[in-house]
Amino acid sequence: MKDKKPKNVFREGPISSDFIGNSIYKHQTKTSIGAHNIFLGQVRADEIDGKTVAAIDYTAYEDMANQKFHDIRESAFEKFELTCMHIYHSLGRVNAGEICLFVFVSSPRRKVVFEALEYIVEAIKADVPVFGKEIFEDETHKWKVNN
Amino acid sequence: MVVTLKYFGQIAEVTQKEEEQIEIKETLISELLELLYSKYDGLKSKDFQIAQNHELVTNETAISGAEIALLPPFAGG
Repeated sequence: MKDKKPKNVFREGPISSDFIGNSIYKHQTKTSIGAHNIFLGQVRADEIDGKTVAAIDYTAYEDMANQKFHDIRESAFEKFELTCMHIYHSLGRVNAGEICLFVFVSSPRRKVVFEALEYIVEAIKADVPVFGKEIFEDETHKWKVNN
Repeated sequence: MVVTLKYFGQIAEVTQKEEEQIEIKETLISELLELLYSKYDGLKSKDFQIAQNHELVTNETAISGAEIALLPPFAGG
């Protein structure tokens, strides 16, 4: 399903496993779907210069980011035979081990969802203005950069 | 022309603010950058891209937009 207007992709805080499980449950009524694929981005407790990342505090240029998410969505629907797709990204503090990105794609057939999911996640990492402040256990910080 | 400037992440740490409105006579992004470099110590050494009206632009782009954002490296996901 295509949408004309950008949706708000952002959620305050971590994305819970209840929310993710419920999203899967809601697709039981869409019986043309034969395959789902899900990407979950989890905050990693990286060790940098002897200090351990305790959390990432996410901020974003929200208007532009939602527009970019919308563009990625439109281009994914053009490239791949998808029945539906959902993207959620956290804002604010997400502790190590918690989920900060949830991408969910569905299609009649499996091959499509593998390709589509990789395309979407890579585009999100490259094109969407989201910023992450890695907060160490001693509350000092360092700005994260995607590579 | 009055433009709204938006700063994010480590750029906002340098400018000590997330947003400001300024009156400019500059016409190119590169000229606006020179103005900001002289206004904010330390900005020049930072890595960032510029968006005008939500699209990335280059230094040679003409200033047309009401909203210009300085975006440090992306870290989504």
